[in-house]
Amino acid sequence: MEKNLLRYIWNHTRQQQVWILAIVLLSMVPYFMAFDLPKQIINGPIQGEGFESPDAREAFLHFHYDLPLTGWAISFPGFQLDRMSMLMALSGVFLLLVIINGLFKFYINTYKGRLGERLLRRIRFELVDRVLRFPPATLKQIHAAEISTMVKDEVEPFGGFTGDAFVQPTMLGGQAAAALFFILLQNLWLGLIAAVMVAIQVGIIPKMRRRLIELGRQRQITARHLAGKVGEIVEGIDTIHAYDTSNFERADIAHRLGQIYKIRYDLYRWKFLVKFTNNFLSQLTPFLFYSIGGYFALRGSLDIGQLVAVINAYKDLPGPLKELIDWDQARQDVQVKYEQVLEQFDPPQIVDPKLHALTTTVTEPVSGPLCAVNLSIVEGSGARVVENVSIKIDRGETIAVIDNSGGGAEAFAAAIGRVIWPASGKITLGEVDILELPEAVTGRQISYVSADSYFFHGSLKDNLLYGLKHAPMSTVSYSGKDATARRWEVYEAEMAENCSYDLNADWIDRHTTSVLRGFSDDLKQSVLRALDAVQLTSDIMELALHSHLDPEENPTLAERVVEMRHALREELRKQGLANIVAHFDPHSYNVEATVGENLIFAATGKSPEAEREFIEHDYVFEILRIAKLYDLLYEMGLTIAENLVEIFADLPPDHPFFQQLQNLTAEDIAGYQQFLQKRKQAKGKAQITEEERRSILRLSLFYIEPRYRFGVLTRDIMDKVVAARDLFYTNLPAHLRDSVERYDPHRYMAAATLRENVLFGKLSHRSPDALTKVRTHAARVMHEKGLYESFIALGLSFDIGSGGRRLTLAQRHKLSLARALVRRSDFYILNRPLPGLDRRVQEEIVKAVLDFLREQDNDPTIVWVLSNTSLSRMFHRVIVFDHGRVAEDGTFETLDKESGIFKSLVA
Amino acid sequence: MLLNDEVQLLRKVPYFSRVDPCKLKLMAFASERVCYNPGEDIFRQGDLSDAAFVILRGNADLLVNSGGNEMKAGEAGSNSIIGEMCLLCDAPRAMTVRAVTEVEALRIAKDCFFKVISDNPRISFEISRALAETLRGTTARVESTPVRQPAEAF
Repeated sequence: MEKNLLRYIWNHTRQQQVWILAIVLLSMVPYFMAFDLPKQIINGPIQGEGFESPDAREAFLHFHYDLPLTGWAISFPGFQLDRMSMLMALSGVFLLLVIINGLFKFYINTYKGRLGERLLRRIRFELVDRVLRFPPATLKQIHAAEISTMVKDEVEPFGGFTGDAFVQPTMLGGQAAAALFFILLQNLWLGLIAAVMVAIQVGIIPKMRRRLIELGRQRQITARHLAGKVGEIVEGIDTIHAYDTSNFERADIAHRLGQIYKIRYDLYRWKFLVKFTNNFLSQLTPFLFYSIGGYFALRGSLDIGQLVAVINAYKDLPGPLKELIDWDQARQDVQVKYEQVLEQFDPPQIVDPKLHALTTTVTEPVSGPLCAVNLSIVEGSGARVVENVSIKIDRGETIAVIDNSGGGAEAFAAAIGRVIWPASGKITLGEVDILELPEAVTGRQISYVSADSYFFHGSLKDNLLYGLKHAPMSTVSYSGKDATARRWEVYEAEMAENCSYDLNADWIDRHTTSVLRGFSDDLKQSVLRALDAVQLTSDIMELALHSHLDPEENPTLAERVVEMRHALREELRKQGLANIVAHFDPHSYNVEATVGENLIFAATGKSPEAEREFIEHDYVFEILRIAKLYDLLYEMGLTIAENLVEIFADLPPDHPFFQQLQNLTAEDIAGYQQFLQKRKQAKGKAQITEEERRSILRLSLFYIEPRYRFGVLTRDIMDKVVAARDLFYTNLPAHLRDSVERYDPHRYMAAATLRENVLFGKLSHRSPDALTKVRTHAARVMHEKGLYESFIALGLSFDIGSGGRRLTLAQRHKLSLARALVRRSDFYILNRPLPGLDRRVQEEIVKAVLDFLREQDNDPTIVWVLSNTSLSRMFHRVIVFDHGRVAEDGTFETLDKESGIFKSLVA
Repeated sequence: MLLNDEVQLLRKVPYFSRVDPCKLKLMAFASERVCYNPGEDIFRQGDLSDAAFVILRGNADLLVNSGGNEMKAGEAGSNSIIGEMCLLCDAPRAMTVRAVTEVEALRIAKDCFFKVISDNPRISFEISRALAETLRGTTARVESTPVRQPAEAF
């Protein structure tokens, strides 16, 4: 990139700069005209100059101009107007000039703004584009958060500066020169004094500002490091908490802020010192005029009129001069910032943009083997991890790569994945170095997976299909407003030399899915099969079951889920398992649910805590009163309290049995104990507050008979609760109405999860494996009803969070592997993709992945760096690395027979 | 069946007969009441031991699987406790228990069981005694079994 910001701006905005300068010069004409006009109006029509007699007339718009040298003249006699008309005409002209000036200003400012914004856009895009082309070694040294503040904040002032970059100095320089010239015209000597003072000012001030610039640079770097540190804290928050180092981090931040403060304070002091000096110097000149000029004037060697003229002329000089110096300050400031940014974005090596060219067509695969030629790899620490390795990998091979000691296997795989660049030697694909092949070839023909593959914020599906999004595969045809908007988008992108690829287009390349039989469901099959192979399907099903489906968005699916609900109920009944689920039936009491749940009888779509709060709402108690349940439940609550106190009274508060009480704590029990005692002592005459009553009622509201088994829930209470449901809903206040959705066996509950919607009831407390049994039957019914794919699709819409953090580590590893399996490649390089999984699962997944990939008709090569060496028997060929060299290379059988390193590793 | 009835039944279990009913109520409350249909397994041989069961009603067979054949090793009726020994020594289930009739049982989870034992020395004493008796019974049986001498070869 260009080293000098001014030159960078000039290179990219040359035409616009010239244009805006021309416009600014043009705008000067009405500007100065407007200056002169008030004088004309006052002297002319108002004070009556030239209108001495009542019927005197003056020419309006009269001018005469002789073109020099040619002898031609342009003139206009003007309109003859009387005094009043003249006043109106001139005022009209004044108004017109005000409007014209305003419009000029408006145009100039918008134009400058647009110029600046475009440049900002260009520079930001260029920076990110460079990040995309950084070699891997550079990326390892940079801080993500620092890079983002650079792109976002540090380049921001460039935009503002762009508009003024050339216009300002030209204008101000012109004004200052004109003023100086005028002074010189009035009096040579005084003019020279002024010129010397200007020279001093122009010489000293920027020098003083050098310190300011240095401080500014420090401020920029410290602020950037601060951003990096904050990013680090957020990313490492788990570690910070795990080791109780939060105060160390606090100290670090406080120290950094202290430094920034110091720099900023210094900056202020210098800034105002410079300002003071500047003001002083500019006021010194008039002092010299007054004293020296006055001296000579008194001595009679200088005409007083001349002195006054010089002093008058001087008043136009400091303004432009100060602004000019300010402009220079801004220029140096942005230049330093620019250099600072550039330093980070100008690594010695950068990927050629040609390798990143967009390729929409299916690239012709480079045929031929993948070869490592004299490959040596040096780690970041400087250690040589691979030394002079030459390996040939043919199409269709399945190769296990294992390490005896050292990290040669991993580094070798990473080099094929272009995550590490070799220190010497090369990796070639069909005779060409893979670093010289376009990424459209290497990034599609080779699929590289390692344990630290990254996930982007979005849904599971977005991430799973990420490996297919190479280029926009369709062109969207826009119409009407959208078409205009799109045209504007493309135009602006081109003006700032951004790319104009349409993000709304379909980016998924459907011709490079792993399952490719030419059917329309190839993509779906690839996804489903890949998920199966890495054993992620059940996780995704689980995500689906816990997700909320919007029935308005997906009415058919919602309807089918309701169908499945009934089918499952029927199925369970047929299997003699009707008793393991207590279904929600509008006309009967659900014994497995709490009394409160039975009353509200609705999905609340909230966390259990929020639901508890809802059950204790004032309105609920009001309904209990109306339904004549209040006293009944109060009596019931007393019995529950007595039982609980009897059971728990003697336990220490930290006893684990308190966990058995879902809504109660040891303090609550103690409270009930006190209450019961107080009541006993008063022999029924105790004053019971509403709050105490409610706390007793609460016990009843959370009571589940099969769980507590106190035998306090009578038929009468159950019937009354069921009867109160209608009452509850008829009088439900509006603000509560939105937070509950009444259970209806024939409707999909938007507030409930998919699982709750399918089950639509409570599992029996008395059947120990109710969950397993229901699961088995539900899975069967789901398949029968053809809902499997819809459910998986729902699970795939799960938002995995930033970096995939909402998934577990094992799930992330599996997903990363699945992402590679979805796409069709000639070489799959799997670099210990599944660390931390247990042996059995690893074995199953390796087998499933091999089977899945071998099944495809493109005969892919699979290179798998194994952490579990015993799995190498599933591969045709085994390569053993030892201290960065290939120790053994052959089929599993031959290596197994030889008594080399491999034998000792596997044994 | 209510919690209080369960407590009455628990008192008939030898381990718990001398334990304060209040403690038993706590244990019953902290346990789950579960039902099994005839033919259903309460637990299977080789499973992880995660709970002891007190049969409140019904009968179950104790089955031992050796070499693929299931052999009946005994029966358990109401008021008997099963699965507690494997729980104590943290071993996998030594046998399969299958409901013969409809079985209602109290499932005392591992943590709960240990907590109750550690809170009530009486129970651990009873358990030691029961163990000692079993051991004595076994020893007596071994002693009373005539040791067969191999027939001398002429």
